[in-house]
Amino acid sequence: MMGNLGVVLKRELASYFATPVAYVFIVIYLIMAAVFTFYLGGFFEREIADLEPFFRFHPWLYLFLVPAIGMRLWAEERKSGTVELLLTLPITAGEAVLGKFLAAWLFIGLALALTFPIWITVNVLGNPDNGVIVAAYVGSWLMAGGFLAISACLSAATRNQVVAFILAVVVCFVFLLSGLPMVLDAFRGWLPQVLIDAIANLSFLVHFTSISRGVLDLRDVLYFGLVIGFWLAANRIVLELKKAD
Amino acid sequence: MIRAKSLTRRYGPLLAVDRLSFSVEPGTVLGFLGPNGAGKSTTMKMLTGFLEPSSGTAEIFGHDIRTQALAARRQLGYLPEGAPLYGELSVERFLAFVAEARGFRGGEVKSRVHAAVDRLSLAEVLGQTIETLSKGFKRRVGIAQAILHDPPALVLDEPTDGLDPNQKHEVRRLISEMAQDKIMIISTHILEEVDALCTRAMIIARGRLLADDTPEGLLRRSRYHNAVTLVLDDLQTAASRLSELDEATEVEIRRGRLTVFPSGRGNLFEAVTRTVRDAGWSVSQIQLESGRLDEVFRKVTGAEEAA
Repeated sequence: MMGNLGVVLKRELASYFATPVAYVFIVIYLIMAAVFTFYLGGFFEREIADLEPFFRFHPWLYLFLVPAIGMRLWAEERKSGTVELLLTLPITAGEAVLGKFLAAWLFIGLALALTFPIWITVNVLGNPDNGVIVAAYVGSWLMAGGFLAISACLSAATRNQVVAFILAVVVCFVFLLSGLPMVLDAFRGWLPQVLIDAIANLSFLVHFTSISRGVLDLRDVLYFGLVIGFWLAANRIVLELKKAD
Repeated sequence: MIRAKSLTRRYGPLLAVDRLSFSVEPGTVLGFLGPNGAGKSTTMKMLTGFLEPSSGTAEIFGHDIRTQALAARRQLGYLPEGAPLYGELSVERFLAFVAEARGFRGGEVKSRVHAAVDRLSLAEVLGQTIETLSKGFKRRVGIAQAILHDPPALVLDEPTDGLDPNQKHEVRRLISEMAQDKIMIISTHILEEVDALCTRAMIIARGRLLADDTPEGLLRRSRYHNAVTLVLDDLQTAASRLSELDEATEVEIRRGRLTVFPSGRGNLFEAVTRTVRDAGWSVSQIQLESGRLDEVFRKVTGAEEAA
């Protein structure tokens, strides 16, 4: 028995593969991941059998590629009017929001999984700690989910996909870097230290880095879970507010 | 049965639908008539559960749209304005999605899709991507998704808008065919459609219900109802002679045609034909008017002086 969630998810995935979106995304993702790993990361030059140079650039890769997937989720439906079709079927708004998100997240997961040759490569070349690599893959996918939930929510705020993309990149960027001085300095001096620490703790980078070192801490997993939950709840509210425009 | 109770919707300061109340029985084709921006679409969006009413509510076969939204939606098929569809999917894939969302599973998805495809003659385009279809076919796909679950009520927002005359005729034929024992609510700003399709018409303007009647009832409100129009050579003589009839109130000459309006006393048509025969005029055309909807529409919506 397949619930309505599954129905929405299936239709979304069908749309990805019915258009060039899926293929373009996967190819670009794989090429970019390889470029970052081998040129910027110095995968061979380091002569260390791990995937650190591969995962190190994932936050930056996602910063642009995930909003590109997320921007169409609702903006396109609102522009074409299909949102009216979707939300007058006996499907709840929650099912629609979650179904669309899961489809996109699974799709990004597929792209991530297709980087497996580099995992094989590193195992051929040396003896990496495969536990660390598994943790990093999980962390990378969780972080992609965080970016995606932000992008999905902002996509519901506009019918223009370009606007949705730019908004999503900016917000993702802030979340990514909230642990770095360039963000924290803006708050230092007028916010108490507790809140500044809290903001620093919101950083995707901090949590991702700790997972990708091989420490799959429940707190980091919970963090991404909460980020996704928060932005999807916001997505529902934004959709409710904006669908009439 | 569908019952709207003081249905109201605001967009910020704008009152789009103002305390609309009505009820519709099965077997009715109800036409929502009104100028653009009158609140027709907003009313439909509330009935189908896309928009929450600001106040008031409606019942769809006993299910309240606010408290039993999903149950209410199951009773309805809906064609939104402009018939939006997932253009990147094939007709078959799209209809299968709607069938699944309507709760059908397995073999039933297939049988439902095929029944709708047969009904709307979509077999030849079943595998085609929706965005490559002609407008007429797209509209038929839109109607197919609305009737997949054989709902007791259909809400069609401007079903013939943007179609060529042949396609319009085709869609109207489909609607008439489906109309028996269903509730059909159709919005339009094409007046001929009301006459061609509807058993009941509601004129809405600025969110308010201004008239609720059968098309014949609306025509009776026209000053042209039972008027007689003639085409003949000597318009002036005929006009002065006919205006003296007890059965006539006034006459009007417009574009070579003479129209005599009834006073309500006696049978005007008989009186006119008798006069024509007695006077021996050579009349090339004589016509009993049933009334003009466009005139009623302007009168009711208060735009008469602009015409």
